[in-house]
Amino acid sequence: MSVEVRHIHKTFGAVHANDDISLTFADGRIYGILGENGAGKSTLMKILSGFYLADSGQILIDGRLVHYDTPRGAIEVGIGMLAQDPLDVGPLTVLENFVYGQPVGPLPDWQAARRRFAELAERLGFRLEPDMPVERLSIGQRQELEIIRLLALGVRVLILDEPTTGISAEQKSVLFASLQRLAREDGLTILFVSHKLEDVLELCDEVAVLRLGRLVGTAVMPVTTGELVAMMFGQALAPPSRRAATPGDTVLEVQDLFMASERVVMRDCQVCVRAGEVVGLAGLDGSGQQLLTRACVGLARPLGGRVLINGVDMTGRPYRDFLAAGVSFGAAGRLEEGLVAGLTLAEHFILTDAGQGWWIDRERGRQIAEERIAHYRIMGRPDSPIETLSGGNQQRVLMALIPPAPRLLVLEHPTRGLDVESARWIWEQILARCAAGTAVMFTSADLDELVTYSDRILVFYAGQVTEVPDARSVTVDELGHLIGGQRVGEEAGR
Amino acid sequence: MTRSSLLGQRALALGIGMASIAVSLLLTALIILAVGASPLEVFNKVTEGIGLTPTGLDMVRFSGVVNFWIPLMFVCTGLLVTFTAGLWNIGVEGQMMFGAVCATWVAQEVFLPTVVQVPLEMLAAALGGAFWAALTGLLKTRGGVHEIFGGVAMNNLANIFSIYLISGPWGNQGGQATPPFRQETLLLPMSSEFRVSAVALILMAVVFGGIFLALSGTRWGLELKAQGHSQRSALLLGVPVERNVLLAMALCGFMAGLAGSVRVLFTYGNLRPLVSGGIGFLGLLVVLLTGTRALWAPPIAFFFAAILGGSTRLKIALQLDQSLAGVVQGILVLMVILANGVRGRLRGRHPAQAPEPSASLEAEEAAIHG
Repeated sequence: MSVEVRHIHKTFGAVHANDDISLTFADGRIYGILGENGAGKSTLMKILSGFYLADSGQILIDGRLVHYDTPRGAIEVGIGMLAQDPLDVGPLTVLENFVYGQPVGPLPDWQAARRRFAELAERLGFRLEPDMPVERLSIGQRQELEIIRLLALGVRVLILDEPTTGISAEQKSVLFASLQRLAREDGLTILFVSHKLEDVLELCDEVAVLRLGRLVGTAVMPVTTGELVAMMFGQALAPPSRRAATPGDTVLEVQDLFMASERVVMRDCQVCVRAGEVVGLAGLDGSGQQLLTRACVGLARPLGGRVLINGVDMTGRPYRDFLAAGVSFGAAGRLEEGLVAGLTLAEHFILTDAGQGWWIDRERGRQIAEERIAHYRIMGRPDSPIETLSGGNQQRVLMALIPPAPRLLVLEHPTRGLDVESARWIWEQILARCAAGTAVMFTSADLDELVTYSDRILVFYAGQVTEVPDARSVTVDELGHLIGGQRVGEEAGR
Repeated sequence: MTRSSLLGQRALALGIGMASIAVSLLLTALIILAVGASPLEVFNKVTEGIGLTPTGLDMVRFSGVVNFWIPLMFVCTGLLVTFTAGLWNIGVEGQMMFGAVCATWVAQEVFLPTVVQVPLEMLAAALGGAFWAALTGLLKTRGGVHEIFGGVAMNNLANIFSIYLISGPWGNQGGQATPPFRQETLLLPMSSEFRVSAVALILMAVVFGGIFLALSGTRWGLELKAQGHSQRSALLLGVPVERNVLLAMALCGFMAGLAGSVRVLFTYGNLRPLVSGGIGFLGLLVVLLTGTRALWAPPIAFFFAAILGGSTRLKIALQLDQSLAGVVQGILVLMVILANGVRGRLRGRHPAQAPEPSASLEAEEAAIHG
């Protein structure tokens, strides 16, 4: 099934998110949709999959004009999208989620559904336990479930929005193999949205590059990374420079930390972060890193052990006390934890501005917002509601809300979902604070990021912590094996 | 956004708003026809009931509407605070009752000159209401009990407590109400024509103005707005979320207590069961309609007060039940909420992703999270 979009326009407030985009996607091929954050990729895909209605423009399927304005309508014409966060229901089982959303009567035929599910999973090489509650699956497994669900609905055009964020290397290779099979053997059209060039180079047959809402070019593989970067940014980027670490006094000290979540128990965790130092926390999601970051900012209460900030015991104190002690925290979810949908940019800056009195000085708020917008190169205005900004711009706002020189900066996935340029820029901001004496601790699923920016890396595996004392001496491969549970010194070439 | 599209959206919003009112009027007319009366006749009786007669304004009847409007506005003012903070203070009804109980206690047990006595009664009522609301707030912040469930329970407790007092320690022989209060303990009407308490009216205006400014102009108001949209994010931005929940609840209870004091010290002159008379729930409806646009609360509350006041004439004149007013209210509220939803859809986005979730969605969410 081929899909064509013609002259698609979509605006959100002042932002022209899609500006006259025309593209054709043939069946049996995998298309990479590339662009930096805010380029308009997600908007275009959401229009195709019925989440948004275009302001103007046409969608044609096999040359025939189609109209729909809901995700269900899109699925009816054969277009399905795998969202960044899979849309499933936590407490239900895999099989229940599979049946839910299918056109079945009030009494579904569970045996048939189970067979159909097993068939599809087998064919795609997905190992999913049908009776497992979905909340116990990893992001990668939830994506696999969602793909099976969409295929069972008869989808012929599969859109994947940043599917490789937050999944392991093995899951990625399974995913890519299944996508290739779907395209080659079943003739599906696959649209793969990503900001990760290496994924696009590995998987796709063709690419379309968007920039600032416009289509800047298409190319048929093979192309080089340099060519793609030039198309995305109009220039080639040099990697940011590493600075020499000159750690100062101990800012964060964690002693014998004992914590537990449903998935992992962490005992006797010892961490020390000094001023001017960057400590990376590596590991698969749910290996204990988040327990540590949350305990270090007062959002989770340890079962045992102590958390000291600047030598003061802060164990079990509330988040606001940590803030007062000079700790800043950037959580992984932007609109869930950190930004308030419904408030404008200026209102965010007013809330976090210590210089604001009891009575709000709107003019001061607007000025500060304009300064930060200019300094942090945020695409938005002081009165823009925060939820109208793209993911990358939201990340910039989060960065702009962090005070200029905190004692300790704890960040979860600071560049998740960001393109190369934005990620590099975020790290410039973090490193600038670091140079001013801020101690930095961050989690990441991106091994390159961990190796590039950390002075030391703590690897979490099932609640166990292994330290890599000099991040410069470790390669991405070695780090990958540590994350998978192999110890330092063990044969890494298994 | 371009100027013309902004104008277009305004026009669209206005059009949908007008359409929703037209549809609810039409539905009301159909219902009246169905019960065998003439809609025009009903309309005439209702306008008569609020004091609008062919010969001019009947001040006595009009003051009846204002007297209903005053406690309703106290309640709405308080609920604007909790609504902004994302709290569903269903317990407002009980907070009114408990405030009324406190005012009654002072009226019966304290003997001071009127200029001290009446303010003391109102203060006791306000503090009582605040206390009752703070308990629900504590149940939420400390006990993990959603304020809707806590509020329902506290409403029952307040009701049962007041009935116990009326039928027991404070009751007279019949057990239907406490004995009438002494004249010195009551709020007095401005004149025999315009039977409205000046003190209550002025206090209501001051309190509403103060809350409006606090919500729109202060840092605290912005904090409430932030936590109303996302408690988690507000916390991470450094907002003292828990303290604000308690403060917002207590402040709303304070207003509800004042409303309760007006009911016992002016409307009835004694304490009787269900003294709140559903005003708390009606206040929730008003605030549901206005959302956080506080300036809409006074006219909408007045409109509801007028419908209720006017409908008392229906029974006498047309043998129609007064509950027709409730039906009209229900239809109106539904239509306005529906209009919000329709507007969200026509903006060209999926409703769930519209920037301002409609009140109905928020209610749903609140219910689910409870």
